[in-house]
Parts: sequence; C-alpha cells; structure tokens
Amino acid sequence: MTGTAQIEACSIDRKFGTFSALSGVSLSLGEGEFLSLLGPSGSGKSTFLSIIGGYDAPTSGKLLFEGRDITATPAKERGFGMVFQGYALFPHLTVAENIAFPLKVQKRPRAAIRDRVAEMVEMTGLSGHEKKKPAALSGGQQQRVALARALAYEPRVLLLDEPFSALDRNLRTQMQEELRRLHRDLGTTFVFVTHDQEEALALSSRIAIFNHGQLQQIGRPEEIYEAPANRFTAEFLGDINILTLDSAGGGICGTPIVLPGNAVPTGGHLAMRPEHMRLAAGSDGNQLPVRLRDRVYLGPKSRLMLETRGGEELMLYVENDALLPQLAAGSELHVAWDARHSFFL
Amino acid sequence: MRPFLVLICPVLLLLGLSYLLPFLGIMRLSFTDPVPGLAQYRTVAEDPLILSVIWRTLRICAIVTAVSVAAAYVVTLLWVRGRPLTRSIVELCIMIPFWISVLSRAFGWLSFLSNRGLLNTWLKDAGLIETSLQMTRNEFAIIVGMSHYLIPFAVFPLATAMRNLDERTLIAAEGMGASRLRIFWQVFLPMTASGILGATLLVFVFSVGFFVTPALLGGGQSVMVAELIYLWIFQTPKWGLAAAMSVILMLGVGSILVLLMRRYGRIAQ
Ligand SMILES: Nc1ncnc2c1ncn2[C@@H]1O[C@H](COP(=O)(O)OP(=O)(O)OP(=O)(O)O)[C@@H](O)[C@H]1O
Ligand SMILES: [Mg+2]
Repeated sequence: MTGTAQIEACSIDRKFGTFSALSGVSLSLGEGEFLSLLGPSGSGKSTFLSIIGGYDAPTSGKLLFEGRDITATPAKERGFGMVFQGYALFPHLTVAENIAFPLKVQKRPRAAIRDRVAEMVEMTGLSGHEKKKPAALSGGQQQRVALARALAYEPRVLLLDEPFSALDRNLRTQMQEELRRLHRDLGTTFVFVTHDQEEALALSSRIAIFNHGQLQQIGRPEEIYEAPANRFTAEFLGDINILTLDSAGGGICGTPIVLPGNAVPTGGHLAMRPEHMRLAAGSDGNQLPVRLRDRVYLGPKSRLMLETRGGEELMLYVENDALLPQLAAGSELHVAWDARHSFFL
Repeated sequence: MRPFLVLICPVLLLLGLSYLLPFLGIMRLSFTDPVPGLAQYRTVAEDPLILSVIWRTLRICAIVTAVSVAAAYVVTLLWVRGRPLTRSIVELCIMIPFWISVLSRAFGWLSFLSNRGLLNTWLKDAGLIETSLQMTRNEFAIIVGMSHYLIPFAVFPLATAMRNLDERTLIAAEGMGASRLRIFWQVFLPMTASGILGATLLVFVFSVGFFVTPALLGGGQSVMVAELIYLWIFQTPKWGLAAAMSVILMLGVGSILVLLMRRYGRIAQ
C-alpha cells in the first residue's frame, strides 16, 4: 500500500429498518489497489460496494475520497465506474452504443467518442461484435461490454459486483486473467465483490472478509490465509483442521504436542491447514493417532477424512500412488505436522 | 396424436363453431347478396360516400390510438413508478371505468360536452367564451369518448413492459451521469417499446370496431365503419354490402397486425 489512502471508510453502518446490513466497517484503500470483498451470501458485500459507489448511503459513518468527505455525494458526481451484478447493459443499444453512452453523457466530441469506443472494443477483445445487441452476445462477451462501458471514461475507481458469477468455470478463469491484465495496464483502483475464495486469492492485492455485515479481517491474500484473525476467516478461506487442546497439559486427547512458539496454554484450539499435514512416517515431529473414516478419490490426490480419539474431524490430502490401496476405512494412522505451521484460534 | 392436441380440442371446436362458422357465412353473404359475384366489393371500393367513411374511420382510429397510448403511458408511469399513495389513486382510476358501461360513459361525455353541458357552462361563467362551443356531434367528441374508453386497455401491456424493465439499467445510466430527461428518452422509453407496440395494436384493433361511442357522440354526423354496417343491416337492408364491409374490415385489421408484428416484432422480444 502506498502512503496516503485514496478511499477511506470510517465506521460505516447501514441499517434497513432494524436489520443491520453493515456495522462499523472501517477500511482504507490505496490508489491502484485490487481489493476483493469476500463473504457468504447476505454478508453485506454488495451493500458496501453500493455505498462506495454512491448508489446507497450509510446510516452513519463517513466515506473519504482523497481526503474529501464524499458521503453525501451522489454516484454521478463521484465518477467511479461500476459493473453491476447481471451487467445492466442497455438491451436496445449495440455494443458500440453501450460503450459510447457514458461518453455521450459527458458530451465529448464525436470523433473522440468514436476513437475511445474503438480503443475499448480492442482492449476488451470485442472486435467484430460492435454492431450486435447484448441479447446476441454470450455471457462472457456481455461481461466484456459491461467492463468496457465502465472503463470507457477512465474512472479513477472501478467497482465490480460479482462480475463472473454467471460464467462457467473455464470462461471464468479466462476473464479473471483478463481482469488482472486490465488492472495491471490501467493502474485503476479495483474493488471487486465475490463469494468465490479462489477468485479472491488469485486476483487481489488485498482481501476484506465480511460476515453478518462486519469486517472480519483485511489483508494480503497470504496474510489472511496463513494468519486468519478468527475462526470464521480461518474456516471460510480454504480448508482448515481445528483441534481442541486439553484443558491441562497442552496436549490433544492426552497425546503431548509441541505448540507454536513453545507456548503452554491451557485449553483453546489449535488450527492447521491440511496441506501442512502429512501421514506420519517413523518418529516424525508432532504426531497424533487418528482413525481413517473415509477416502475421497480426486484424481491426482485423495482427501482423507480422519477422526481423532476425541471424535474431532480432520482432513488431509495425499498424493495418489502405489501406497494408497492399503488405506482402508477404519485403519489406525498417525498424522504429523510442523509446530511452526499450526496456530491458536 | 399428441396428448396436448386432445386437450386443446374443445377450445378449437368452440372457436370453430362460434367464430369461424359465422365468419364463413358472412363471407358467403358478401359474394351472393343481392347479386352473386364481386358487385358488393366493387360498390365499397367505388362509392365516394363509403370511401369517405372508411377514411374517416382510419383517421379517427389513428388519432384515438395515439392519444390513448400517450395518455396511458403517463398513467402507467404513475401507477408503476409513483409513490405508494399515487399508485393507489391511479390504480383506482384505472379500475373504476371497467365497472361503468360503455353506454353510461358515452352519455356522461355527452352531458359534459354538449352545448348546455358542464364544460360550456363553466367556460361561459369564467368569461372565456361568449357562445357555446360545438363539442358534440363531431369527431372531437368521438375522439374524446373513444380515448377515454380505451386508455385502461392500453395500460396493461405498458405496465407489463415497465415492470419487466431491469431497474439496474436505470441506476447504471444515472450513475454514468445521465440526466433524467436523457434516461427517459434514451433508456426508459426504448426499453418499453414492446409495451408501446402491444398497446398500439390492442387499441387500434379495438377502436376500428367501435360502435356505441361514435354513434352517440358523433350524433349521426360522423359515421364510422361499424355504424355504417349497423345501418346496412338494421335500417336499409343491404346485408351483402354489410358483409363485404365486414370482411374488408377484418382482413384490413388482420393485415395491419401482421405487418406491424413483422416490422417491429424484433423490438418486442
Ligand atoms: N433494500 C434492502 N432492504 C432490506 N434489506 C436489504 C436491502 N438490501 C440488502 N438488504 C439486506 O442486507 C443484507 C446484505 O445484503 P447484500 O446484498 O449486501 O449481501 P451480499 O453480501 O451482496 O450477498 P450476495 O452474495 O448474495 O449478493 C442482506 O441480508 C439483505 O437481505
Ligand atoms: Mg451481492
């Protein structure tokens, strides 16, 4: 993040009647960042995005843009670009006319509009489709038109509300790639709503995790993944194994454990990502006896569903090789991990 | 035979018996009464009096359609997008006319517009006019009466179009800085074009066959096609001529429908 913030949200609340869609959301955003708002359905992501864009107003709290208070500024005066959930293209206008719309509103000269539209068509890979109506386009192409229209007038900030949710997996990956390229080439600040964690991890410079209208954590993807601030974030982003520590002795079900930082707490939970765990071979670091409940075959690897002696579930992935057929449900195994990769929750 | 064909059979039968059969009878009449052949059609095509009635009908119907659809557009806008109170009031105003017979409504307009009617009295009292304005027994009265009758019918296709419109396109347009006027002309209006087309067709087709309203408000001075057919059947028995006129009316309306659908059907998608 660069020195001063471009956008700053200060304890934003948004109430619908007595229901709190957002409460006390504060964050700041540097110019050129790619921030993803990630969270389950109904967590307030779209509401927060609308407030940034000026399409909705907070019940209380302040929004600053380059230090100016823009809380009461309507959307059109903020001049941010917006890609709506479902695109909101003008169905009666052609691709070129859709992209030209905001430019015509700004009363730019004809020739300038034509050149800019051609440039946007080129940039978003829509060449040859200029004269088509949105209904004649595929989902991915409509998505590009929405992007081109939102970027046509060179906004300082681009807001995107689940732009890829209607696309199939392959197209989604391709569009993500293009969005990354656009972001890199333009240097515009992107705020991107998604409920797809992989998408958020792959695209963002920072991720903000929302739940029940509250900001749970904000940080770089690796920070959030490797050092989740709370149980919700840990469970929401990726897979995680969470084990209860014995109230005395710091072990798990009587098995002594080396804790991170050599701490000796009483009780609490210890968490670790499945990719940091392995089946124990010999006398290998931290070991815990478990029973195999199920094995899910996933092609190159298998997911093992395990159970501790205390009945807590955990899982890990193993490469599929000749070793595997011995692993039948009910087998008694040991799992191992490095204390450095575990953390308290 | 597919099952659904069996299921729709009763409808087809009913339509055939109650609609197609009589129509075929009228077709036959038009070619046989009083002389076999095309004589009836020739009369319709050549008699200047009849032609003037047809021309007047088309003119009045075109004006009525334009007036009704335009007025209905405003009414629907208030109904669909107004404040809650406005909505309820407008809804009532749309529904009430359906409960009043076409006859009462025509008489209502007659007493409102006639030489000694309410409107003329008000205008005189206000000192705006010296002598009564002639507002009945002419095309003006017909247009007012018919438009008033047809506006509620135009409201429904328009309301459907306005309700189906994706609200976000309007929000998007506003966010891009478009003025309300631009949003209306360049986004809202074109996006409700299907409703306008539907309302236009509906009102025009209805209006061509109008009988009671023109007969009463036109006072026999501005005869329209439907009234002419009535005269030929009940007063001067010229059934063949009436039948020929009906067939022409029917085919005329049919082909206008088909043409408009062809031309603008794309918009309606
Ligand atoms: N206009 C409104 N009136 C009442 N409640 C609303 C309104 N808009 C949003 N909400 C509520 O606020 C909460 C947050 O909504 P929001 O649309 O921001 O969720 P979201 O995180 O974008 O979810 P999704 O992933 O499903 O789009 C939801 O519980 C929703 O029902
Ligand atoms: Mg949403």
